[in-house]
Amino acid sequence: MFRYMLYYTAFRPQRIREGYTLTGTDVMQTKERASNRWSIRIYPRTDAMDGLGRAVLDDIRQLILTHIEAVRTSRIYLIRGNITASNAQQLATQLFADPVSERFEIADSLTDRTDHNNVIEVQALPGVMDPVALSAEQAIRRQLEHNNDNTTPNVEVRTARRYEILGAKDADELERIASSNLANSCMEAWYIQAPGRADALPEDFPTPPTRPFELRHIAIRELDDDQLKKLSRTGHLFLSLEEMKTIQTFYRDLNREPTDLELETLAQTWSEHCVHKTLKSAVDYEGDDFGKPGQVRAHFDNLLKETIVKATTVLDRDWCLSVFVDNAGVIAFDDLWGIAFKAETQNHPSAIEPYGGAATGTGGCIRDVMGCGLGAKPIASTDVFCLAPPDFDANKLPKDVLHPRRVLKGVVGGVRDYGNRMGIPTVNGAIYFDERYLANPLVFCGCVGLIPRKFIDKAPRPGDKIVVAGGRTGRDGIHGATFSSAELTDTHANEFSHAVQIGNAIEEKKLLDAQLLARDHEDGCLYSSVTDCGAGGLSSAVGEMGELTGADVELKNVPLKYSGLRYDEIWISEAQERMVYSVPPDKIEKFLALFAQEDVEATVIGDFTDDKILRVRYDDTIVCQLDMAFLHDGLPRTIRKATWTAIKPQASPNEPRASARADAQSQSNSPNDITPHNDQLLAALSEWSTASKEWVIRQYDHEVQGRSVIKPLAGPLTGPSDAAVVRPIYTSKQGIAIGCGLCPQLDDDPYWMAIYAIDEALRNIICVGANPKRTAILDNFCWPKVDTEQSMGTLVRACRGACDAAITYGLPFISGKDSLNNEFTMSDAESARTGLPKSIAIPPTLLISALGIVDDTARCLTMDLKSAGNVLAIASADIRQSDLATALALHNQVAALIAAGKVQSAHDVSDGGLAVALAEMCIASGLGINATVSTGDYPHDLFGEPSTTYVLEMNEKDANDAGLPIIGRVVAEPNLVITHDNREVINLNIEKLAHAWRTPLSQGGGQS
Amino acid sequence: MSDLRVLVLRAAGINCDEEVMHCWQLAGASPTLMHVNELAKNPSIIDDFTIVTIPGGFSYGDDLGAGVILARRLMQDVAKPLRQLVERGGGILGICNGFQVLVKMGLLPGQDFGNDQVTVTYNNSSKFEARWVKLKVCTANCPFLNSKDNALLELPIEHAEGKVVTADAEVVAKLEKAGQIAVRYVDSEGRSDTYPANPNGSTSGIAGLCDATGRVFGLMPHPDRHFDNAHHPQWTKRDSAITPDGLTIFNNAVRFWKK
Repeated sequence: MFRYMLYYTAFRPQRIREGYTLTGTDVMQTKERASNRWSIRIYPRTDAMDGLGRAVLDDIRQLILTHIEAVRTSRIYLIRGNITASNAQQLATQLFADPVSERFEIADSLTDRTDHNNVIEVQALPGVMDPVALSAEQAIRRQLEHNNDNTTPNVEVRTARRYEILGAKDADELERIASSNLANSCMEAWYIQAPGRADALPEDFPTPPTRPFELRHIAIRELDDDQLKKLSRTGHLFLSLEEMKTIQTFYRDLNREPTDLELETLAQTWSEHCVHKTLKSAVDYEGDDFGKPGQVRAHFDNLLKETIVKATTVLDRDWCLSVFVDNAGVIAFDDLWGIAFKAETQNHPSAIEPYGGAATGTGGCIRDVMGCGLGAKPIASTDVFCLAPPDFDANKLPKDVLHPRRVLKGVVGGVRDYGNRMGIPTVNGAIYFDERYLANPLVFCGCVGLIPRKFIDKAPRPGDKIVVAGGRTGRDGIHGATFSSAELTDTHANEFSHAVQIGNAIEEKKLLDAQLLARDHEDGCLYSSVTDCGAGGLSSAVGEMGELTGADVELKNVPLKYSGLRYDEIWISEAQERMVYSVPPDKIEKFLALFAQEDVEATVIGDFTDDKILRVRYDDTIVCQLDMAFLHDGLPRTIRKATWTAIKPQASPNEPRASARADAQSQSNSPNDITPHNDQLLAALSEWSTASKEWVIRQYDHEVQGRSVIKPLAGPLTGPSDAAVVRPIYTSKQGIAIGCGLCPQLDDDPYWMAIYAIDEALRNIICVGANPKRTAILDNFCWPKVDTEQSMGTLVRACRGACDAAITYGLPFISGKDSLNNEFTMSDAESARTGLPKSIAIPPTLLISALGIVDDTARCLTMDLKSAGNVLAIASADIRQSDLATALALHNQVAALIAAGKVQSAHDVSDGGLAVALAEMCIASGLGINATVSTGDYPHDLFGEPSTTYVLEMNEKDANDAGLPIIGRVVAEPNLVITHDNREVINLNIEKLAHAWRTPLSQGGGQS
Repeated sequence: MSDLRVLVLRAAGINCDEEVMHCWQLAGASPTLMHVNELAKNPSIIDDFTIVTIPGGFSYGDDLGAGVILARRLMQDVAKPLRQLVERGGGILGICNGFQVLVKMGLLPGQDFGNDQVTVTYNNSSKFEARWVKLKVCTANCPFLNSKDNALLELPIEHAEGKVVTADAEVVAKLEKAGQIAVRYVDSEGRSDTYPANPNGSTSGIAGLCDATGRVFGLMPHPDRHFDNAHHPQWTKRDSAITPDGLTIFNNAVRFWKK
């Protein structure tokens, strides 16, 4: 077999034409030759230019493989199509290799490379989304068309990454590096070449299987209970026995068996993810009373409706424009504009593939905002992660669980790459660390959108066309909705790899651009309704949109990424970056033309009807015919019992968190008599959850769109902002504040946990200048399994706490979401090996996201100290000792002082208590503080985490007029000095404070 | 007052068009937003404009390297009218991704250099970084910059591929001599080689370049993200009457071309 390879060791363009274009004519020594298979490998011109190699090396060294000397990286374009050698040469020089910083080599096969020793090549598994390959394909066609004046050549592209690991001992070591750092087996394959191992690279592109169409029915009518349960599990339906029996009865009455697609559709629509059936169930509660001593019995017909939703109903604010009915909630900004807000979780996928999970979580939440009303324009994003500490002992890691450091890097990278590419600033977030999130990391993604108030209402009409637009449909992300109802086990990574999705942000950005043009079209909005294609895919999107009309869909018309998808796979695929529109027949032509102009594929796949039946066809054969009424209202209501009794004595709210701080306290007992709490403060600043998140924040674009006014890092020396402020309308000084609250450490009573989270979210946005009377909130429940009366009790208590605080504080909930079953089970052997419990459940975790109007952004505050001579006043209320109304009065007082311009800086007291809050204000500004702690419960008033406490920098007179206790003064000397009982208990230089605070996460937690 | 017509390009993944449009409006120009697909159908429309702006973003995902695909598209479709725009005294402004595009097209540093002398590549940190930087204006040759009034500019950078690299040291000397190093990153002591003042490791601290005419100008930092005083990270304790440095760049251009 003839083979040749070309190497270019010092590429220089030979000729410059038209000033800009370059052509390489003399490089092809061999006779012109066409091939169907080409590899073009691009690598840095010098090792110094291999930034990626250095980053990979750092990661590998963290695996304790410190003897690895260097990593050389390259990327490979694998091309199939009839192109000539000079074509390949042109592509390498014109498209793929940078003339200054890179070199390339070309081979006329998919497998030849010049580096053979200690290399790892990573290629995507068949069917996995590869955005770069798609872009390369288009660019190649265009370039060759331009160069050669010929018709569009048919080329297909795949990409690969290649790593030469210098200093690796053997193939086993390379295997370890590949599997722990470079590739993820659920979506990638790797090939190792080293002494003793020579994996063969694939010689051709994978061919998707073709399967003839065959309509399948599932015999369900004759199954007994055990068989129904088995069908639910093996079919990945995750329905309860009662639900399976309801479906069985329905089909017995119909006198037929369901098709597989009907069963899938019911499972998607009835999934926990889509209908929140646990939160909406009827509950009989018996146990501790809510917020007061004693026992109580309570009945809820619908837990969610009678707690979270009830708060909104009771408050009845006229500025709440859309609540709980759409993909996001909407509040009024002014007479013309509304603000949409939604937060989502993407937990299970992020456990398996953190980068893809977080990216698609971000993308999905953005689509929720795009699918709110007739479409909001996303203007800000948020992200909150709950993870195990980055220094978790790698030897105790259960099988198939990713190390928290890898999860952290992955999820940050996912949010970064999706948000930054979409051009949406990521302005607010938090990271909370606790070992119980080891196997179930939580990834919350939020998105804020700007929507004209006239576009909030939508409804498809019979006769409207069903249009799917955006990315193509593939086998990616099948069963995501039902997957989220499952508990993870150590076999799930393999079983559910098809639930992993990879995002393509640019596809979604194009879709957004096209949609906004169609929405704001001069002829009026070109569509009557829109929703995103998220969990459950077309099944959920079309099923929900057509609930009140009916829909008739032809699956054969859905554009596919590759052939061979079964009809049910097309229907439930969760391929990303798709939206579904209902388009009136008289506007369809304009709609399709506009999307085509924006390079977005849009395809008519059916019609909305008026018979309230969901009818799905494949090549005209009916594969689903379901009553919308049964689909949406057939889910059996369950009555659940809930109990709750405090297991451990309730911790005093002022009790410092036990955890790692115990060490610090023991240290502080050392005979450092002069300043007994220095070490404790430094340890508190270094706690994972408190330490600076600058490493994360700086990877996010938080300023794109030019709307950000208060950003995540504050002050000349960058301290932690309490919340973000953006100005939605360039010409208006009015703004919105975005913040969050999260207190999983208070899981000893979820009632208080919920209240504290709401209080914290409110404090955070008040600190930057929000108006608490124009503030709305979101709930995101992430819970372990809710399968016992006690676990149901935790949910009831959190809902009641949320309801009580929301009503008293006047904070309506406008949207929410839950994710249950965040538990991980491992085998007995793994449990014994790792010393971990067989089952790891997350603590009940309620994220509250707050969105408040800022009347005048000129009054906004940052948390850094402003000038020496000002005093520090404390505004504080203890909500467990007093009542919520007292706390509300305090919130309102602080907000009023800020609105009146009487406060120079404000900071919330939370993780690490007062001492940490003061330290952070010093760190941000470079100014010092002299404070005296004279009252209260020393030293708990230094490190305890009270509810409802603010530190306010004011001038002395204003503080006195406000009647607030003054604890100290801002000084020019860069030291934090705290005195108790006439002696210094803390005296630390700001540099020392800053070092303790900045170091732990400075490299993604890898330097511990 | 006559209109100063500015063409603002957009393409798949360009995501700073809204704020760039707003900046030109604030400065008193008349900007028009246009997709490259539309421009490709009628390239001579460029003749109606005095300035073309390529905003930041991730054009076509930067999937083949920062700005590469958009650069190739513009070369294929509008190379000639763009060259003519410059020849007749017009200007081109590339911000962030737009700067990368101008370099990959060979428009920066321009004809005397060819396009194998300068490139923009991965930051030394090999990751995306967002931070505010100080820039020193280093040329008197660029109408977007006023070397007298605004010797020091404060703007944010937000990029992963912003490191300017030259084929060798001679190229830097040549650029310097020709007055084509437009802006440099500087720290508080005026040095250009310290991190994070130089956030990406750019050769000689180069943050932006202009061509030999000075009228083709590109930079990695974002003037479009400092059109309002409240964008500055220290705005809560700064004088609110200062003209924001980013807006100054647009103002300078309007003053020059409206003369």
